[in-house]
Amino acid sequence: MANYILYIVIAVGLFAFAALFALFAVYAERKVSAFIQDRIGPNETGKYGTLQTLADILKLLQKEVINPTAVDRWLYGAAPAIIFIAVYMGYAALPWGPGLVPSKINIGLYYIFAIISVETLGILMAGWGSNNKFSVLGAIRSVAQIISYEIPAGFALISAVVIAGSLDLQQVALQQGVLFHSRMKFLGFWDVTKIGGLFSWNIFQAPHLMVAFVIYFIASLAESNRAPFDIPEAESELVAGFHTEYTGMRFGLVFLAEYSMMFLVSMIGVILFLGAWNTPLPNIGGFALADWTTGTAWGILWIVLKALVLVAVQIWIRWTLPRLRVDQLTDLCWKVLTPLSFICMLISAVWRVWVM
Amino acid sequence: MGLINSAIKGLQTAWVGMGLTLKHLFALKKRDLTPIKSENYFDRQNSTATIEYPKEKLPIPEVGRYQLDVEIDDCIVCDLCAKICPVDCIDIEAIKATEAIGQTSDGTTKRLYAAKFDIDMAKCMYCGLCTVVCPTECITMTNLYDRTVFDLSNLTYQFSDMTPEEAAEKRALLEKQQAEKQAAKLAAMQKKNEQ
Repeated sequence: MANYILYIVIAVGLFAFAALFALFAVYAERKVSAFIQDRIGPNETGKYGTLQTLADILKLLQKEVINPTAVDRWLYGAAPAIIFIAVYMGYAALPWGPGLVPSKINIGLYYIFAIISVETLGILMAGWGSNNKFSVLGAIRSVAQIISYEIPAGFALISAVVIAGSLDLQQVALQQGVLFHSRMKFLGFWDVTKIGGLFSWNIFQAPHLMVAFVIYFIASLAESNRAPFDIPEAESELVAGFHTEYTGMRFGLVFLAEYSMMFLVSMIGVILFLGAWNTPLPNIGGFALADWTTGTAWGILWIVLKALVLVAVQIWIRWTLPRLRVDQLTDLCWKVLTPLSFICMLISAVWRVWVM
Repeated sequence: MGLINSAIKGLQTAWVGMGLTLKHLFALKKRDLTPIKSENYFDRQNSTATIEYPKEKLPIPEVGRYQLDVEIDDCIVCDLCAKICPVDCIDIEAIKATEAIGQTSDGTTKRLYAAKFDIDMAKCMYCGLCTVVCPTECITMTNLYDRTVFDLSNLTYQFSDMTPEEAAEKRALLEKQQAEKQAAKLAAMQKKNEQ
């Protein structure tokens, strides 16, 4: 019985975190975009506009949920729920600290990648069910984009998985810090088993993983439909893409899913490349900074901080780079990222056999 | 090799743009509200573009070309402004005085009362023609430009300082005087006819 209560508490906690993160990220996005464009951004609701997103969500909650007459009621109604639940279920396998993971499964990464692919189905349902040309075009673009970008993202992740030798995210996290007792090498020549910190992160364990990380990061932007890969929503061409017809809380769910997805892909990037919940501070001689800053609370702090930095970079990129055309998008995926990630994966295999 | 070169070039050019936005992200400077007369007016492109309007305003010249104001004591009720107004937003009702009522500040004798001097600011197009034709320069444009009202009729500015009772009294006086004049005229005519 107590077990079930714990399950529910964890599920509600993760949902609350996703919702709070979305509130914060929307505010951050507005402020960052404003500063980049030499504006001020929201500044009337609360001190420095901090309550702006809260006011927005209250407005969304009160809005009428409109069912246009021409829509396919079932597909149209279920799509936002599927989109959000697919992303939300990905949170189940994310490790937050040493020994702290909602669901410890030995195929964690595989599970996350499988479950967030379901989001594509939700987007297609939303686009098709809306019975609107803009929605269908947006959905088709989104599906084409997400499915093709899963390939370089997957191969970039596999490069890291080959080095780590496990799909269990908790195991992958453990191998990148001082808590791991086997041998770790910085760029393959310097033993950092006792030093830990920044130097034992996967991205520094093998030089080609830096390239793999950049490939994964670019592909993850495309997977979460973020600019410069936001052609499914391209405001200037498609009104709002696949969620053109949505109003009220259904639109809110699509929005929530987008921001949850941003955090989820950042977490995956952090876990596989940037040392997961391990501290960036190394042990230097007598100062055992890495040992002092390792623990459950520290772990949560580090992993959330690192993920937030990646989210900040996503926001920064969105307000800098213009949107890619459809042909440029597929060109980048199939002719640049996919071959490069293949090469990374090959180097990983060779590295695993000959260097490690 | 072409693949790797183009990938590197793409990252480099992206980085140039990202560096530019990063510079703007951290270079947030409050907009300084220098008037257009100032030498470094165009330096404002180095600060934010936003003016938080009701809280801060751009300084404007004291002699602005915004809402109209009438110094009613200087008005000789000549009606020129109402005649030239392209949108007919000035509404004047004049009552002839029985005698000269005084002088304006520039020495013109006033012979008419302004029973009504209304300017509908909702109609006004701010052309300034009325200020040009005014012989005593009593109608002027001011630096007041922002006035919000809940009822549109509040945008009709009433400049006349006469109460309706006073106006009625003056009207009665005028009628009496005109009646007397008429009577005098009739008497004179009869006298002439009798001769």
